[in-house]
Amino acid sequence: MIELKEIRKSYDVGKQKLEVLKSIDLHIEAGELVSIMGSSGSGKSTLLNIIGILDEYDSGDYTLNDTLIKNLSERKAAFYRNRFLGFVFQSFNLLSFKNALENVALPLYYQKVRRKKRNIKAMEYLDMVGLKEWAEHMPGELSGGQKQRIAIARALIADPKVILADEPTGALDSQTSFEVMEIFKEVNDAGKTILIVTHEDDIAHKTDRIIKLRDGIIVDEEIAIAS
Amino acid sequence: MFDLDKWQEIYYTIKQNKLRTFLTAFSVSWGIFMLVLLLGAGKGLENGVNKEFEEDAVNSIYVSPGRTSMPYKGMKQGRYIRLKNSDYSSTKSEIEGIDHITGRYYCSGEFTVRYKDRYSSFSVIGVHPDHAFIENQKAFQGRYLNENDHRERRKVVIMGTEVSQILFKNEDPIDKWIHIGGIQYKVVGIYDDAGDGDEDRRIFIPISTAQLAYNGSNYIHNMVFTVGDASVKESIEMVDKVKSDLSKRYKFDPSDNRALFIWNNVENYQRFVNLFNGIRIFIWIVGIGTIIAGIVGVSNIMLIVVKERTREIGVRKALGATPNSIVGLFLQEAIVITGIAGYIGLLGGIGLIEFINYSLLEFSVDAPYFRNPEIHLQTAIGATLLLIFSGVIAGYIPAKKASKIRPIEALRDE
Repeated sequence: MIELKEIRKSYDVGKQKLEVLKSIDLHIEAGELVSIMGSSGSGKSTLLNIIGILDEYDSGDYTLNDTLIKNLSERKAAFYRNRFLGFVFQSFNLLSFKNALENVALPLYYQKVRRKKRNIKAMEYLDMVGLKEWAEHMPGELSGGQKQRIAIARALIADPKVILADEPTGALDSQTSFEVMEIFKEVNDAGKTILIVTHEDDIAHKTDRIIKLRDGIIVDEEIAIAS
Repeated sequence: MFDLDKWQEIYYTIKQNKLRTFLTAFSVSWGIFMLVLLLGAGKGLENGVNKEFEEDAVNSIYVSPGRTSMPYKGMKQGRYIRLKNSDYSSTKSEIEGIDHITGRYYCSGEFTVRYKDRYSSFSVIGVHPDHAFIENQKAFQGRYLNENDHRERRKVVIMGTEVSQILFKNEDPIDKWIHIGGIQYKVVGIYDDAGDGDEDRRIFIPISTAQLAYNGSNYIHNMVFTVGDASVKESIEMVDKVKSDLSKRYKFDPSDNRALFIWNNVENYQRFVNLFNGIRIFIWIVGIGTIIAGIVGVSNIMLIVVKERTREIGVRKALGATPNSIVGLFLQEAIVITGIAGYIGLLGGIGLIEFINYSLLEFSVDAPYFRNPEIHLQTAIGATLLLIFSGVIAGYIPAKKASKIRPIEALRDE
C-alpha cells in the first residue's frame, strides 16, 4: 500500500541544510496497523507529512496505492489526499463554527457530495464512534476524547486507503487514549491501513508493527506480538 | 448552485468580526455614496447650464455694432458703426453655412401697449421671420410672423404668453387689435419661449414695419444667425468672414474688437461641454479614489482573516480542499461584503439625490445653474458592476495568499 524508496528530505536552516530524512526505505502492506516512534527531531512528523502528501520530498520515490506521488500539482495533491488518505491530528483540528455532523461531513463536501446525502453518511459514522446523540453539538461543547472520535469519523467518511494519525492521543488522558486506540483497532480489523506517529510506548505497543526513527533513519523495526 | 456551507462560513466570519467588518463595509459604502452623489450633483449642474442655454439655439451667433477703438486708413477712432438692411442681406447671401438669420430693430424704450381698457408697457422688437428658430420660440396659438408680413410691412404682432395674459386675460387674442404707441396692430399669434424670465414679456413685429413706423430708416440694431451643425472651427471661420466683410464696408480695423461685438454660442457652448467633460472626469477620479480606499480596506481585513484562519485552511487542504475552492471561499466573502456595503451606499446616494430633486421641485427652488440632479440607469448599473469588480479585486490577493498556504505549515502545532 505504501512504498518508500530512498526518501530524502532536508530543510534550509539559515545557510545550513538540515537533513531530516536520510534515505528512508519503508514498505507497508494493506491492512497493517503500524506505529512510528522516535524522539522529537527524529523526523517522524516529516515522514508522516510526506506520506500524507502534505509535504514534498527531495529525492527518492513514494508510491501510494500503486500511484507514484511525485511533483504533484496542488489540485492533484488535494485529490489524492481526499480519496486515499484520512488524517487524525493531535489537536483534533475540528472547525469550531461547524457542529459535529458538519465536521464529519467536510471531506464529502470536497467530493461535491450533496448536503443531504453527506449528512446521512456523516450520521452513520458518528454512530460508529458512538456520538450520534452529539451530532448537533459544537466542538467547544465536547470533551477531548469526543473530539478525537469525531476527528476519526471525519478521517473515515471518505473511505480512504490509509489513515494517518499524528500523535492522536497526545492531548488525551490515558483512559481516553485507550478508548481511542480501541477505535483504531476496530477500524484496522475492518481492513483499513493505519499509520500512527507517537512517542508513547504503550500506545505503540498496541500496534502490530513499530518503526523506530532516530536522526532521520530507521534504526529498528519490531513486529509486536498482538497483545 | 446555492452552496449553503459557503454562506454559513461567510456569516460566521462576519459575525466573528462585527466591528471590523462594519468599518470596512462602511468605507466601501461611503465611497460609492460619494461617487453617486458627485455624479448626481455634476448632472444637476450640467442640467442647470443646459437649461440656461435652452433659451436660445446653442448654435447661434450674435453680431452687434459698437464703436471703433483704433484709427484705421485715415479714419479716426471713436466712430459709431451702424448696421443696415444691406448688411443683413449680404451676410445672408454671402456667408456659407447660415441656417437662419434675423436682424433686430429695438423700438426705443418700452411702449405702452393697450387693448381696450387694459394697458401695460412691454418692449417691442422688429425681427425677421427666422427669429422663431433663433430664440427657440414656437407659436402655440395662431402663427409666427412670415415673409408676407415682412414684405408688405403688415402691422401684425406675435406676443409672449405673459403679454397675452396681461392684456387679454381669458379672451382669445388672435385677430384682435392692440395699440402700440398709438398705432394699431393685429395679433396673429402667441409664442412660448423655451427659456424663462423676461422672454415671454416681449412683442415682436416685422422689422420692415418697425423701421417704417418708428423712424428706423434702414438701420438694424443687431443680427443673429444660426449655423446648423457647424463645428466650433467652422463657426469661428464664419465669424471671421462676417467681421472682415463688415470691416471692409465700414472701414474699421478687423482686429478692432470694440467695433463689433460678437457672441458665438457655438464656441461658448463647446466651452461648457468641455468643462463638464472635465468635471465628469474629475468626479470619476475622486469617486474611484474613494472606492479604491474602500477596496484596500476590504483587502486588508481579508488578509487578517486569512492569517487568522491559516490553521483552518491547512485542515481543509488536508481533507482534500483544492486551491480553487479556497480562493472561491475568500473571494465570495469579499464580494459579499463589498457588494452589500456598496449597494447600501448606492441606495443612500440615489435616495439623497432623489430627495434633493424632490425638495427642489416641491418648494420650486430656482437655483441658477442647478436643476434636476439625477442618476442614469446606466450609471447605476455601471456602479454595480464596479462594485462586483472591486469585490473581486479586494478578495483576490488575500484569497490567492490563502490558497498558497501549505498544509504542513498550517498544521504545525503552535
